[in-house]
Formats: sequence, C-alpha cells, structure tokens
Amino acid sequence: MTSYVFRRLGQALLVMLVMSVVIYGLIGLMPGDPIDIMIASNPNATPEMVANLRALYGLDQPLLLRYWHWLSAALSGDLGYSRVHSAPVLEVLAPALLQSCKLMLSSFTFSVAVAFTLGIIAARRPGGLVDGLIGLIAFAGISVPVFWLALMMILIFAVNLHWLPASGISNVGDGSLRDHLVHLIMPVVTLGFATTGGFIRYVRASMIEVLRMDHIRTARAKGAGEGRVVLIHAFRNALIPVVTIMALSFGTLFNGALLTETMFAQPGMGKMIYDSILGNDFNLALTGLLFATGVTLLSNLAADLAYGWLDPRITLQ
Amino acid sequence: MKIRTLAAFALAALPWLAQPASAKDDLVIGVAQFPSSLHPAVDAEVIKSYVLGFTTRPITAYDKDWKNSCLLCSELPTLANGLAKLEDIGGKKGMAVTIKLRTDLKWSDGKALTTDDLVFTWNVGKDPASGFTNGHPWSDITSIEVINSSTAVLHLSAVTYQYNTWDSLLPAHIEGPVYEKAGNKAADYLKQTVFNRAPTTPGLGNGPYMISDYKSGVQVVLTPNPFWPGAKPGFKRIVIKLIENTAALQANLLSGDIDMVAGEGVGLTIDQVIKLRDAYPDKFTYVFKPSLTYEHIDLKVENPILADVRVRRAMLYALDRKTLVDKLFGGMQPVAQSWVNPLDPNYTKNVTNFDFDRAKAKALLTEAGWTPGKDGICTNKDNARLSVEFGTTAGNRLRELVQQVLQDQLKAACIDVTLKNEPPRTFFGETIKKRLFNGLAMYAWSSGVGSSPRRTLHSAQIPTEANNYTGSNAIAFNDPRMDTLIDQAESELDPAKQLAVWAEMQKIYVDKLHVLPLFYRADPHVVPKWLLGYTPTGHGDMSILWAENWKSQ
Repeated sequence: MTSYVFRRLGQALLVMLVMSVVIYGLIGLMPGDPIDIMIASNPNATPEMVANLRALYGLDQPLLLRYWHWLSAALSGDLGYSRVHSAPVLEVLAPALLQSCKLMLSSFTFSVAVAFTLGIIAARRPGGLVDGLIGLIAFAGISVPVFWLALMMILIFAVNLHWLPASGISNVGDGSLRDHLVHLIMPVVTLGFATTGGFIRYVRASMIEVLRMDHIRTARAKGAGEGRVVLIHAFRNALIPVVTIMALSFGTLFNGALLTETMFAQPGMGKMIYDSILGNDFNLALTGLLFATGVTLLSNLAADLAYGWLDPRITLQ
Repeated sequence: MKIRTLAAFALAALPWLAQPASAKDDLVIGVAQFPSSLHPAVDAEVIKSYVLGFTTRPITAYDKDWKNSCLLCSELPTLANGLAKLEDIGGKKGMAVTIKLRTDLKWSDGKALTTDDLVFTWNVGKDPASGFTNGHPWSDITSIEVINSSTAVLHLSAVTYQYNTWDSLLPAHIEGPVYEKAGNKAADYLKQTVFNRAPTTPGLGNGPYMISDYKSGVQVVLTPNPFWPGAKPGFKRIVIKLIENTAALQANLLSGDIDMVAGEGVGLTIDQVIKLRDAYPDKFTYVFKPSLTYEHIDLKVENPILADVRVRRAMLYALDRKTLVDKLFGGMQPVAQSWVNPLDPNYTKNVTNFDFDRAKAKALLTEAGWTPGKDGICTNKDNARLSVEFGTTAGNRLRELVQQVLQDQLKAACIDVTLKNEPPRTFFGETIKKRLFNGLAMYAWSSGVGSSPRRTLHSAQIPTEANNYTGSNAIAFNDPRMDTLIDQAESELDPAKQLAVWAEMQKIYVDKLHVLPLFYRADPHVVPKWLLGYTPTGHGDMSILWAENWKSQ
C-alpha cells in the first residue's frame, strides 16, 4: 500500500512537470501581450517605452528560456510575481485557495448530503411518485445553468426579500463568522445544486443495482430491518462507482466554480485562474492551473485508496 | 415532520441573518474591473485611475468643462502669466516651466508635499528601470531647479504643447528608500513599491480620501484623509466593490448592496443602463456623458476594393449612423465626424459631412465602376463582387449588434460584408496589432483632451515586424503632410495656430477616409438620488478627482 501511494505520487509529480511545460507553452502561444494591456489606456505610450517594458518584464526572451527561468525559481520556492495583482504569486494564491476551500468544501458537503439522501430514497421505490419527484430535482440540477440559478437566487433573496447579501465575502467593518456564513449561503446552494443532480442519479442507479443483489435478499431473509439493509448492507457496496464520480468532480469543482465565484463576487481559485489567463499573468495562471491539476490527481488517488477501504477484495499494488 | 420544521426554522432564520441596511455615511460603488496595481505611474488602466482619483491628485487636470486646471499647484503655468517660457538648451529650443505647488498640501500621514516629491518623481519617472507606463511627462525634463519647498522650475528638452499638464507625484519620504534599495535592478522597484506591497500605508496619497483596507480582486475601502486641507469629504467610508458580471452588478444595485455604478467604462454598458432607466426611472439618477472613447471602423486600404477613396466615401454615406445611435443607444452617443470629439478644444466642424445618403453612396459606387448585380450586390467590369470582410470583437454583444445593423445598411447600398469576429485577445493581440485584417475592423480607442494623434496617425507608428508591432497606426496612414502637422501640433504654443493645425489634420483625416467614424461612446453613470455634487467629465480626468464635493442629501 505504502509503495503504491509513493509510486502514484511519483507519477503525479511527473504529470505536473509535463503539465507545466504544456501550460506554459499554451499560455505563451496565446495572442496578446501583457504590455498591450498595461499601456491600453495610455495615449502617450511610445514604441520605445513598449520595448523597454518588454525587456523589463523579460518578455523579449524566447519562451523556452522564460520557462527555464520560471522552473529554476519555482524549484527553489519562488513561484514568481503576479502582474495582475502586483504581488508575489503565493500571496495571491493563499487567500484564493482559502476562499475556494470554504466554498468548495461547503458545497461539496451540501451536494453529497443531499445526493445520498435523495438517491437512497429514490432507489427504494424505483418508478414511484417520490422517485419521479427526485428525478425532477436531479434533472433540474443537471440542466439549470449556474449563471441563471445564481441570478435568480440574487433576485429572490437579495433584491426582493432582502434576506441575504447579493455578493461578496463579508460586509465592510463586520467580518464576523455569522457575516461570512451569510455571504456563503447563496454561492454554496448554487454551486451545490449544480453538482447534486448528477450525484443523485449515480447514487440512485448504484443503489438500485446493489439492492437487487443476493446478499441483500439474504440480509432481508435473516430478518435485518430495512434501515440496516439499506444503510449497512447496500450503501457501502453502492459507494464504489459513486466515489469515482465524486472524486473526479472534486477536482473540477476547484477550478470550475468560476461562474459561481463571478456571479457572487467570491475571490476564489476559479476566478483567479480565469483572470490571470485573460490578463496574461503567466506566473499566476501557471501556478493556479498546476495546483488544480495536483488537486485532481490527489483526489483520484484518494478515490483509488477508498476502493480498498470500501471493498476489501480490492488490493492496491 | 421534522424536516418540515427544520426547513421552516431555516427560512425564518434567514431575515435574522440578513445584513443591516447601510447608512448614508457610506457610499458603496460597484465596478466590473479591478486595478492590477495601485502605483500611480504603473499600468495605465482606467479602473486604477478611478480608484486612485480618490486618494491621489495629479498636479493638473482637465475639469468638467474640459479646461486645464491646477489641483496640486496654485497657478497654472502659461506663457501669458510668465510661468512658462521658451529657452535655449544647447542650441535647441526648450522650455522652462515654473511649478508652484500649493503650500497647504500634505500627504495622508501629515508630511508636507514639497518640491522634494517633484524631484523624486522625476528621478523615478525618467529611469527606464522603474517600469513607468506613464513615462510622459517626466522623461521630457532635462533638469529641475528647486527655488524653495513649493516652487521649482522644470527645464524641458523640447517645446511641447503639454508643458502644463503634469501627473501625480510620488511621496519621496516613503518611496525614496524603496527606490534607492532597488538600485538599477530592472523591475525590483515595481515589486517592492509600497503602493503595491502595503497600499494602506498612510502617506501614499494626498487626496481627500485614503485607502484603509484593500483586498485584491475584492474591494478597496476608503476613509477620509485627516490631513486633507480642502472641503471636508462627505462620506465616512467609500467602498469600491468588484462585481465582474454586469448582470450581477445590476442585481446588486437593485438590492441596495451597492449604491452606484461607476460610469467611466468600468461598470455597466450603455444598453444595460438604458434598460435600467426604462424599468426604474425614479430609483436612480442616470447620467449619460459623451466621452473621448471613439468607436470607428478601420479600413485596410491595401485591399484593392478599399483602395478607391470613392468606395470608402460611398460606405460612409451608406451608413445611417444617426438612426443607429438613436435606436440602439437612445440617441445618447453622438455621431462622430472624425476622431476629435466636438467637446475637445481642437475640434473643427469644417470637414466634409457624411450624413446618411444612400443615393449618393450608389452614385459614387457607379462612378467607381461598381453596379448592382442580380443578387443586389455590386460587381465591377471584371465581375468581381463588392464584398469585404468585417471583423470586430466576438462576445461583445453590443458591438456585434451594431455590426449587424451596419451590415444591413451596407447591403442596401449594394455592398456585401461578411462578418468575421474574433475573441478580443486575438482581435487586438494579433489582427489589429499586426494589421492582419483584410477589410473592415471595428473597435474603439480613447485619447486625452487635446492629445496628439501621433500614435494612431503618424507614419512612424505603423506597426511592422521591424518595430515589433509597436505603434497603433493600424490603418497604416502614411501622409507626409499629416506627419508634419502632428509634429507642429505637438510644438505649437499659439492657440490660434494650434487650432489651424488641428483643423487641417481633421480635414485630411476625413478626406482620405481610411477610417469610418461611427460615434463617441457615452459613459453611463447610475448614481443614487441622494448623492449631490457628482459631476462626470467624459474624459480621462474623472469625476472622482473632485470627490470631496460628493455629499449625501
């Protein structure tokens, strides 16, 4: 098991290295130049000034050389300077990461809790009225655009009812725990609802399949109660395919919360990566994307480890 | 039952969780962009100028009437008052400009603002390693003669019409040690400047407000500067809050989470504000201020079809720009005749008028050898179709709408345009920058009041591979007379002669017609009814430079 984990971590490092080359190359090949953005509103900019700025920011060097400089510095712990935020990359990354963790973990917990509850209820009477209603909720979650849902939430709860703040992470001068929680409600529900639909369908399908298995019939024949049958005998076995999907979603949630973060003005990783790509902020974009890659790789590893825990027949070598 | 009780409890708790209503001691401004730097001379962004306008004043600025005025100085230098003089510098004509700083000004930490700050800013500004993107006007100064703590004479290397427009100053007592430590190491100063490392440090600004809290990509909080000698600021706190999505920005405005939306191109688009006004006419004050942002279509005159000036003129006659701005923008955006806004002191109306006249357009095309074919599109004697590509920024809904209207109008005059839009990155970063468009390219650019058109019209500014595609003369305008006039405009100090030079430049621009002028954008401001003293300017020296006059009713 330990050697398996180390081998996978080694592979992950190799993937990260390859990804860093690919991402740096792709960002470098994108049209546009940071200097164009910097002088966009300066009617007095001269070609000499532009050339000087290009040299100052090292943009006059070949792409490969720039990558090498970045890699050398990164290996010694310096991830570079963010042009869009005028601060070292790590200083920009840390608060965005914290904000993303808050939003992502809350919404992931919300959607997993809802999905397990509704998925199991639906699976108990497939084709029934309750199953139909839950299916409706699931399809709504899958098909309703996050952008629209976010806007509707703002219009209902902020504009009309004035119950919740429309955006931001806290009120100026407040910043209490309650204030932070209040600001999280709508983003969490919006992001959570978007992922819940798919989860419900997977949980339901997996549970239906397991509930038809022989060991469930045996458990019922032995007189086990319905709650014990469903939660103890069926649920754990139904988790394996569900865990795979959830682990993959976990990685994408990290940088996929862009719309939610933009609509609710939450300064998280998704928005940070998007802004840095648009702003030609090489260092920040590269670090952010590599981080997202790392999270995806680690969540996949976590899923693989979970298989072994859920099903003792599976051994990891 | 339990679940229902829990749900009812949760819903009942929501109003308790709601935020308290903000008092009018606070003003919350919504913006859709965020500054990348808070250093006054790094990154020429509109949003940065907006934020810094509350905290840092330039020495001079154009006011709401587009007249140059003193903010940090006590008297505007002019030739008439003797504060500006011509002088000989090593056999070359230069200028001596006396700057008299106001003696009552202090930085926000109480330290006096003096000529030391002026000299320091010059030293940093002329240093190529400082990374200034607003290098002008400091690099034009050869030496500074300090008379006393408030008066200094700046010696300029050349005669320039901009001799009395001067930027913001840097606080020498704060930035001096940082600059010294950075030495001449390229980009080190940029990384260490206190403006970016600790923007809430007192003493960085000299305006009515100072930054008390800053969260990059989230918000900037401003509180009154206790050492501001002018009118007492009207708010205890101003919050500039980033909400990038404009639909969410509108929702925040309606919910009361923000009080107003900045209008200077960093908030809502004009069509959104017009719709908001129609839906909520009494909820806010709506101000549409024509600005220096000039929307136009560049023509690729190397294209054989567009090489003929008669075709270019026919195109402009075929465009009903008045109806377009009336229908799409409620008539709020004035039709343009050239790049010079009628509000600019150098504007002339004595240029050829290209009001909509489809018959004239068709007559010009016939004269140029183009006659309508079976499908309504013109062809010439070689049976070539009068068809060109028309590109703009994909995803800019408003611009794409304008493009479709123009396409219809051109088609009615037998001109076919095929739309070829690209993401802004590609459009500006490749197509315009490297002049890769083949026909028409629609976009906008902004200039300053009375700014020289050197970047966009001088032949030396044509982007080429040799000059690494620097320069913004994307139409490759190459006219020796225009080059001469630009040089003259930049060095002519006699207002009457200046006007004549500018009039001729505008005439050449319109006669040659390498560009189809469309309209000047209007800045759409949405402000609360209770806000007094808010006066948009329409140019780069924005309303916030007089923010101490903003009061709540």
